[in-house]
Amino acid sequence: MINFNKFYKLFNIISLILVIISILLLFFKGLNFGVDFKGGTLIELRANDKQVNITTLRDSFNNMNLGDVNIKKFGNDDDYLIKIEKKDTTNNLIETIKKDLSLSIGDTFNFRRVENVGPKVSSELLKSGIIAIALSLAAMLFYIWIRFEWQFSLGAILALFHDVIITLGLFSLFNLEINLSIVAAVLTIVGYSMNDTVVIYDRVRENLIKFSDIKINELTNISINETLSRTIITSVTTLLALVSIYLFGGEILKGFSLAMIMGVVFGTYSSIYIANPILVKLKVSQKTILKEDNE
Amino acid sequence: MLYFSKLRITLVSLVTLFLIFIAASNLQNPEDSLISKRINLGLDLQGGSYLLLEIDNGPVEVQKLQNTTTIIRNFLNDKNINFNDLRIQNKKIIFTVPEENIELVKTFFLDKENEINPYYNQYKSHQFDVTIQSDEFILMLSKYGLIEIKTSSQDQAIEIVRRRVDEVGTNEPNIIKRGNNRILVELPGLDDPMRIKSLLGKTANLTFRFVNQNNNDSFGTEMLQYEDGTNEAMVSKRIILNGENLLDAQPKMDNQTNETVVSFSLDRVGAKRFGKATSTGIGKQLAIVLDGKIVSAPVIQSVIAGGNGQISGNFTFQSATDLALLLRSGALPAPLNIIEERSVGPDLGQDSINAGIIALIIGFLLVIIFMFFKYKIFGLIANITLLINLFFLVGILTLFEATLTLPGIAGIILTVGMAVDANVLIFERIKEECKKEKNNIIAFDTGYVKSKTAIIDANITTLIAASILFFMGSGPVKGFSVTLAVGIFTTLFSVYFIARMLTAFYVIKNKDRENLI
Repeated sequence: MINFNKFYKLFNIISLILVIISILLLFFKGLNFGVDFKGGTLIELRANDKQVNITTLRDSFNNMNLGDVNIKKFGNDDDYLIKIEKKDTTNNLIETIKKDLSLSIGDTFNFRRVENVGPKVSSELLKSGIIAIALSLAAMLFYIWIRFEWQFSLGAILALFHDVIITLGLFSLFNLEINLSIVAAVLTIVGYSMNDTVVIYDRVRENLIKFSDIKINELTNISINETLSRTIITSVTTLLALVSIYLFGGEILKGFSLAMIMGVVFGTYSSIYIANPILVKLKVSQKTILKEDNE
Repeated sequence: MLYFSKLRITLVSLVTLFLIFIAASNLQNPEDSLISKRINLGLDLQGGSYLLLEIDNGPVEVQKLQNTTTIIRNFLNDKNINFNDLRIQNKKIIFTVPEENIELVKTFFLDKENEINPYYNQYKSHQFDVTIQSDEFILMLSKYGLIEIKTSSQDQAIEIVRRRVDEVGTNEPNIIKRGNNRILVELPGLDDPMRIKSLLGKTANLTFRFVNQNNNDSFGTEMLQYEDGTNEAMVSKRIILNGENLLDAQPKMDNQTNETVVSFSLDRVGAKRFGKATSTGIGKQLAIVLDGKIVSAPVIQSVIAGGNGQISGNFTFQSATDLALLLRSGALPAPLNIIEERSVGPDLGQDSINAGIIALIIGFLLVIIFMFFKYKIFGLIANITLLINLFFLVGILTLFEATLTLPGIAGIILTVGMAVDANVLIFERIKEECKKEKNNIIAFDTGYVKSKTAIIDANITTLIAASILFFMGSGPVKGFSVTLAVGIFTTLFSVYFIARMLTAFYVIKNKDRENLI
């Protein structure tokens, strides 16, 4: 048996520091919103000519007066991702770019993907993304409250906040792009982290009924240990699937799978080191769950 | 609990075989297979364009206010009521009437049966909200009046958009309403929507009007530019003909000038008006105005009576074809703006499919190898279940002809990783029970029973996240939530019916063995 409860305090302090750093990062550095949420134009370009490189592309685009243009390599050697901040909703921006570009570097490229999001749509997408995440947190809070007691609900939701905030903090730190699929990842993280927490909580509840004389601190430790091998196996299989997406699933899914990988790691950690210490802090005992049955 | 009736075994096997069969039908040629159902590939996988159009209702509102002002003027004149200062100001129609007529005029606007200001029974509201300040009437489009305008211009616009897209002839376009002022156009297989975009970007409001050299037109005149931007001309506001009078329009080669033109034929009313105008206007210039720009302004040489004519204007064959198409399909009620565009080329789509399949195979292999090393024979059971689960998932997506997107493929791979969770929960529980209970069968039974609440709670949380994503998400992300949610149900089914049956067979055969798991 591993004495997880010995480190409750230590890891709580570490988590608290990480959360604070993440919040500071989110406030002062902010997130790198992609075209979905900021508006603008994204072009995935494939060059069919070795002559074309990032410098020639950058020169060509700079001559087009498009404002802030960001060009980077995208996976494959001949693929480039071009982001144009200009929120141009004129209907023929892309055609103009295509024409100008073939004038400067010749017909040696094709556009594999084009995304053009107007400012109105991007702010709507951002709003609905935030609502979706808030709604999912609220739904989880409510569900656990119904299935367990409010103490459990609070513990689970704090664990969720912890996972979501630190994942976003890391995205801010490494300047990774936030787009629609990252929102999907965050929601799935919410589901996964909850799933993990619920399995341990389920055992805590069971043990609370079984043992009236064991203190909650020790009892959570027993429950964590009893479910530990499941926690590890499930995390490992999920991570195996995610790493496979990250490595082989193509460039477009990289951000999504990376967010999920972070989320699964933090979700597993928080189910043990956030969700359980909260129960200890809130002095959950056999009475907490039996009270409901008497009502 | 470990006992399975023959009937149940048969049913489960049948369902399994059926879904595997459906899943497999995706691989067959559509014509050869018994089942015509297929998983639809999303635009991100098959390539195509997604365009979100927003109707700019401003001009429609202005038009509505102008029309209503005319109606009010005529109506009040008819009733011999004095009114003053009828005007449009800040999207409001304002006029004053003498003190003694206020009550009467009020009834013109506020009776439920009045002729000017329609009453919508379903909303319990008039088209215009009317406020009266001393002798001043102020009319403003009501909330429902605005909604009415928006929905009706959306209805008209979607019809025109459909006609234009159909004329271009792309395969299976999907054109649907979004909200009350947007139209979503999905064009599978079309990675460069340039032509469609330029066709949808034009209102195609066509009018024939005289060019007026001197400024004495009773209808008023306006200065309009030529389409090529080189010149401008003073044009009368009097409309002789508009696009509605057109029956047909086609691109044509003019035999005499060797120029590409658009020939058109007019309906009866149009032909009559055109004949009259050309007979009185010989020697005058007739401007053909499209969306506020002059296409050309030929001098009328002779009377055109048959209702057939042609428009010239330095067309290429392509631009003549497009103009003819626009004229045939009719004018949009209001300008459309493309507010979101996403296009994926077919080669990127195929690359995404390939990468997705490779990631799926590798992820699946990693998981089953891990499970086999961890649980040996039970790992094998979990792996068989997982494979069947995968067929179920694909089978159900096929049955409902769901749309598979790239994030959807990620959802399938993720399901592979998370699906073993239920079996792991059960196996771990059984392990614990085996320590306390010598009888294998009882230990297995309790293992299944005791793990149930955790499995259900754990899956419901994921399901909640998936359904929120389904309702809030858009496009590809929605595809992810669908596979994730369907994956939860197939996982539970395969774990509780298939894995349990397989474990039951094995445990009953080896009921006396120690350290079974």
